[in-house]
Amino acid sequence: MRFMVLVPGSPESEAGEMPATEALEEMTKYNQELVKAGVMLAGEGLQPTSKGAKVRFSGSERTVIDGPFTEAKEIVAGYWVWECASRDEAIEWLKRAPFDGGVEIELRQIFEADDFGEQLTPELREANARLREQAAQK
Amino acid sequence: MASSATNRAIDAVWRIESARLIAGLTRIVRDVAVAEDLAQDALVAALEQWPTSGIPDNPGAWLMTAAKRRGIDDLRRRVTLERKRELIGRDLEILQQLDQPDLATQVEDVQDDVLRLMFMTCHPVLTREARVALTLRLLGGLSTPEIARAFLVSEGAVAQRVVRAKRTLAEAHVPFELPSRDALDARVTAVLEVIYLVFNEGYAATAGERWIRPALCSDALRLGRMLAALMPREPEVHGLLALMELQASRLRARVGAQGEPVRLADQDRARWDHLLVQRGLGELRRAEELTGALGPYTLQAAIAACHARARSVEETDWPRIVALYDGLAALTGSPVVELNRAVAVAMAFGPEAGLELVDSLADEPALRRYHLLPSVRGDLLARLGRLAEAHEEFVRAAELCDNEPERELLLSRALACRD
Repeated sequence: MRFMVLVPGSPESEAGEMPATEALEEMTKYNQELVKAGVMLAGEGLQPTSKGAKVRFSGSERTVIDGPFTEAKEIVAGYWVWECASRDEAIEWLKRAPFDGGVEIELRQIFEADDFGEQLTPELREANARLREQAAQK
Repeated sequence: MASSATNRAIDAVWRIESARLIAGLTRIVRDVAVAEDLAQDALVAALEQWPTSGIPDNPGAWLMTAAKRRGIDDLRRRVTLERKRELIGRDLEILQQLDQPDLATQVEDVQDDVLRLMFMTCHPVLTREARVALTLRLLGGLSTPEIARAFLVSEGAVAQRVVRAKRTLAEAHVPFELPSRDALDARVTAVLEVIYLVFNEGYAATAGERWIRPALCSDALRLGRMLAALMPREPEVHGLLALMELQASRLRARVGAQGEPVRLADQDRARWDHLLVQRGLGELRRAEELTGALGPYTLQAAIAACHARARSVEETDWPRIVALYDGLAALTGSPVVELNRAVAVAMAFGPEAGLELVDSLADEPALRRYHLLPSVRGDLLARLGRLAEAHEEFVRAAELCDNEPERELLLSRALACRD
């Protein structure tokens, strides 16, 4: 099973401040553990939203909104992609991450290759294909 | 409900910690069977205590402490009061080490232990089946029933394989250490072989009702990724990982709506897993940077990369694939590689040229019962319009094939030659 872990932003990350050396070291160590356990597939930090943009869709209209965006808590500042045997395993890994101060880290399962084979019956797979077709037509 | 949630959490902790736990214990007690027993005892203790006490902050250290305590108890029990003086030096030494405070903070040491354990479970004194079962159990954290299900054998058979393997290791006095420099290449090859065996059983099941078994591929990938992190300087370790990542990237496109196999040429390339493609290409680069002389896994990965980079069969760099197969054939001398090379030659230079090569392989003893030989021959004959001959070849291929969905595909191709 594949999971995405979403790390929220903070006023510091939005200001483009790099974390303290100590925090970086801890995070590096944690990342190494993930890699050595064969769990981490990908992971990146995101630049502040001041370097990003939003595009708003309304009918045929496209409005570009330049960053920064407000509400630092709702901003994603980084992510991991993990491969784990179960949701519980992903949670166990996440519990070991070096975070503090009441921050909440979100774990989400990714739709992917497990959608076939043992988990997915041919009927379900067909239903999924139909759904995807419908979604594409919308 | 709460306790079943805890049990699932314990399963998860076990999967994360068991390899390190067993490896660390093996270093101390010098016997992988004793180490696994102690680790299992610690797991039982966790199952008893954690549902009420909650999961400890550092579950790995907790398990290690519990296992060591159990080890001390066992050793002391073995030595009755009057025989205490007979406690041999080795046992005393083990007892002292078990009594040491927890060393979980020495991460590098622990990682080396995991690598030592991997070399041990893939040791050449063991049969291939034993290596696979022991590696999945001790390093993959799989239970006996899980391994039995994966390889379509009975639980009893797996349990016996594991017990016998551990006994063989003890009797052969296989040391818990990294191989010496001059033995390293051969030993690394043995480890890679085990991992690829597991992967292949998931990627193209040799028997049974299912064409692929993704869970086995995941287990192999995880072991491959672990090994690549533990041995970052070994090109073939990255080569094998690249090969597995690239092949796994095609898994979901390899199965049709009814569970039937879909050939590379017919796959919807939009359904390939592009994260895995990128990871595979990255691993391949790493392997190529480490050596000028590409090994067999890296060459196979380079071939897989040609497919991964191509947007369609027509856009595939077939001449480069032929050249890579030339290298692989020279290195391995394998008739199966020659057969694959023939397929690439047919794509690069036409079915006639490919058929000539296939026909030169007809008397290979190793291919006599290999279903892909008539299957490839049938494909080339069909492309040349020689449908009656193609039909016969597909029927023959189906007869030799043990995998249900694959056999059905071959039969349907035979039928198509009749129309």
